[in-house]
Amino acid sequence: MSDTPRFDEPTGTHTVGHEWDGIEELNTPLPRWWLWTFYACIAWAAVYVVLYPAWPMVNSATQGVLGWSSRGDLEKEMAGHTAKRAPIVNAIAAMPIAALPSKPELLEAAIQGGSAAFKVHCVQCHGAGGAGVVGLYPSLTDDDWLWGGDLATIETTLIHGIRNPDHDLTRVNSMPAFGRDGILDSTAINDLVSHVRVISRQEKPSAASARGAALFENNCVACHGTNGEGIRELGAPKLTDPVWLYGGSRDAIAKTIHNPRNGVMPRWNDKLDAVTIRMLAAYVHSLGGGENAPAPVVPAAAEAAAPDKAPANG
Amino acid sequence: MAEADTLAGNDGPLYAARKGVYPKKVDGTFRRLKWLIMGVALAIYYGTPWIRWDRGPYAPDQAVLIDLANRRFYMFQIEIWPHEFYYVAGLLIMAGIGLFLVTSAVGRAWCGYACPQTVWTDLFQHVDRLIDGDRNAQIRLANGPWSAEKVAKRAAKYAIYLAIAFWTGGAWIMYFADAPTLTRDFWTGDAAFVAYGTVAALTATTFVLGGFMREQVCIYMCPWPRIQTAMMDEKSLLVTYKDWRGEPRGSLKKALAHPGSIGDCIDCNQCVAVCPTGIDIREGPQIGCITCALCIDACDTVMAQVGRPRGLIDYCALDDVAVEKAGGTAPPVLKTLLRPRLMIYLAIWSAIGAAMLFSLGERTRLDLSVQHERSPLYVQLSDGMIRNNYTLKLRNMETRPRKVAITVSGLPGAQLWTENGSREKASQRVNMTISPDSVTRVRLFVAAPAQGLARQDFTIATYGRDGDPRGDTDTIQFDRPEAQ
Ligand code: SF4
Ligand code: SF4
Repeated sequence: MSDTPRFDEPTGTHTVGHEWDGIEELNTPLPRWWLWTFYACIAWAAVYVVLYPAWPMVNSATQGVLGWSSRGDLEKEMAGHTAKRAPIVNAIAAMPIAALPSKPELLEAAIQGGSAAFKVHCVQCHGAGGAGVVGLYPSLTDDDWLWGGDLATIETTLIHGIRNPDHDLTRVNSMPAFGRDGILDSTAINDLVSHVRVISRQEKPSAASARGAALFENNCVACHGTNGEGIRELGAPKLTDPVWLYGGSRDAIAKTIHNPRNGVMPRWNDKLDAVTIRMLAAYVHSLGGGENAPAPVVPAAAEAAAPDKAPANG
Repeated sequence: MAEADTLAGNDGPLYAARKGVYPKKVDGTFRRLKWLIMGVALAIYYGTPWIRWDRGPYAPDQAVLIDLANRRFYMFQIEIWPHEFYYVAGLLIMAGIGLFLVTSAVGRAWCGYACPQTVWTDLFQHVDRLIDGDRNAQIRLANGPWSAEKVAKRAAKYAIYLAIAFWTGGAWIMYFADAPTLTRDFWTGDAAFVAYGTVAALTATTFVLGGFMREQVCIYMCPWPRIQTAMMDEKSLLVTYKDWRGEPRGSLKKALAHPGSIGDCIDCNQCVAVCPTGIDIREGPQIGCITCALCIDACDTVMAQVGRPRGLIDYCALDDVAVEKAGGTAPPVLKTLLRPRLMIYLAIWSAIGAAMLFSLGERTRLDLSVQHERSPLYVQLSDGMIRNNYTLKLRNMETRPRKVAITVSGLPGAQLWTENGSREKASQRVNMTISPDSVTRVRLFVAAPAQGLARQDFTIATYGRDGDPRGDTDTIQFDRPEAQ
């Protein structure tokens, strides 16, 4: 238990004097270059403190003479990316949206850009991936469209919105509140529901549905079409398919006839730039229900849609 | 430092200056082996990136290339993708076990022959001898005044150091890009900043560590001596001074004067003179000894001159030391090398190597992974069918475009199409061409009749349509609305 340094014969070195369970520590001298390395590190630290943000102060740190900041780095990087994207953005802006499919790499870029914008502006109502919420907001992934599902039509809907107040070009229609406004009584509405459920193949024809067919003829065909096939120009939904925005059960249909929702979608032309809207349209179109343009606007579009074509690498 | 020394309570200094090491030129078996290993190691290091290897138009033609930007690692006909990093892990494990094997067999042979620090230090020491002359001339020059000759010699020597260091740093970056292109870009100033930075850093470290730090790296900075010492056992070969034969040492004259009472060591100090770390092996095994065996060569030369048997300093295991001290003869080296411990290491090492080679030969080069899109889980279509969306990743690991088909099974009445197709043309199969050496992301739409389980497993498969029908499958779920 010696506390005093001892000279260690085999190594020719003193011990430091500590000893634990017979284990002693040699006082081997440090190499001198190590000392110089240590001083160099201190010098480096001093230089660093002058050049870079270092000392924490009350509100922020000292700035350093180089003026470097991680936020500045980010800004520079973002500016670089914007510059890199510029040719694509300009090309997308310069062509009519219906021609986009003829340029697969632009379409791909637009879909990617739209996907990002969708997550910021659209998911609040339409849900992630455009799934929609039954009874509130339409699904964008199915093949049933109120106003049309080709690129140009989707873009128009995005630009002007639906039933957007204070905008002349917005898409409007309005289903009368047959029940609330006393146009039909509840028996009549019940009959009408039966008819709608028959044409959507959810019920077998019955006496009630036959009465409902007559009511449909008088009240509904103007918008929903003779056979309930819907009229796109009016934004009137097809009633014969299994896709229901506000539900297809007896209760849900009765509720809609009694007091329709007439949902509102904001217009985006006052919030987003034209290219972002175009990208959003391309993205929504890509979700699975996108339709081809009604008439062949650009012949090349057909070629791009041809199968067996390698998709652009993402 | 006097004050601090007083605090420490003894007379030893707190800091030690480096003692100059001026190893003398030597020739012999081990020196030749070192030359050979040095030549091979440097040739591999400097030359490998320049070997070309034709892989067709879609892949680089550099035999060994670590393509960080595209996340590929090429090594002759092997191409490794990031998800196959376990091969690299396997190589590292092999390197680890290889080190166990070598170290338990021949001790710090890595340090003595193959370590870059050793190889470059050796190279720089040859430069010293080339410019300054052999040991004595070097010592004289180092201690001499700064004459014009000394300045000129130092300038020449450091210039050569710097050239070697720069070449070393420059060779390193060639592994990460096409060597001829990078060389041109480097000299025209078009290479990436990181290339110049890397060359600068490696030039600096080579210059400092190889030119000046040398044995200080081994003694103070490197963890290997400690680790390897722990791996050795009493049968590992060590460079050993056979003191039972050499002691008491004495000059030839003394030996002649007192025959029989003087050992074989004639105290000529040759072993110390040639030692690249400047130690005296006659003090016994020590951390400073990198087992380069140059002292064996030096001593053998001396023994030959004085007509005594070679091997006063020799590779010798601790067990052999005991045997020889007791007057016996050590078992042949081969027997020590074939002991079970080494055989087990060798077996494990070979097994891992063989397993990796086997799996490299067997791996599929067309890979499918499928993700079910969760939002929405299913889509009601207007004709009553249900659609699910999937994201497919088709990994084509071959350096040629592939024609592939995607099919499903286990989902009756299914229709498939991709974002480039349309439902009108949907069928049971999608054909497409995928780009070489890349991952192609495909959104696959699958529609099936509404009747069926709410959650049903089915299989998506992909296979080549271009002669190589091998492929991959993935089982995934199809969702339908709960009973309406
Ligand atoms: S001690 Fe370290 S640096 Fe020196 S030769 Fe051995 S492994 Fe290399
Ligand atoms: S003592 Fe011998 S083996 Fe060890 S480093 Fe010196 S010369 Fe090499």
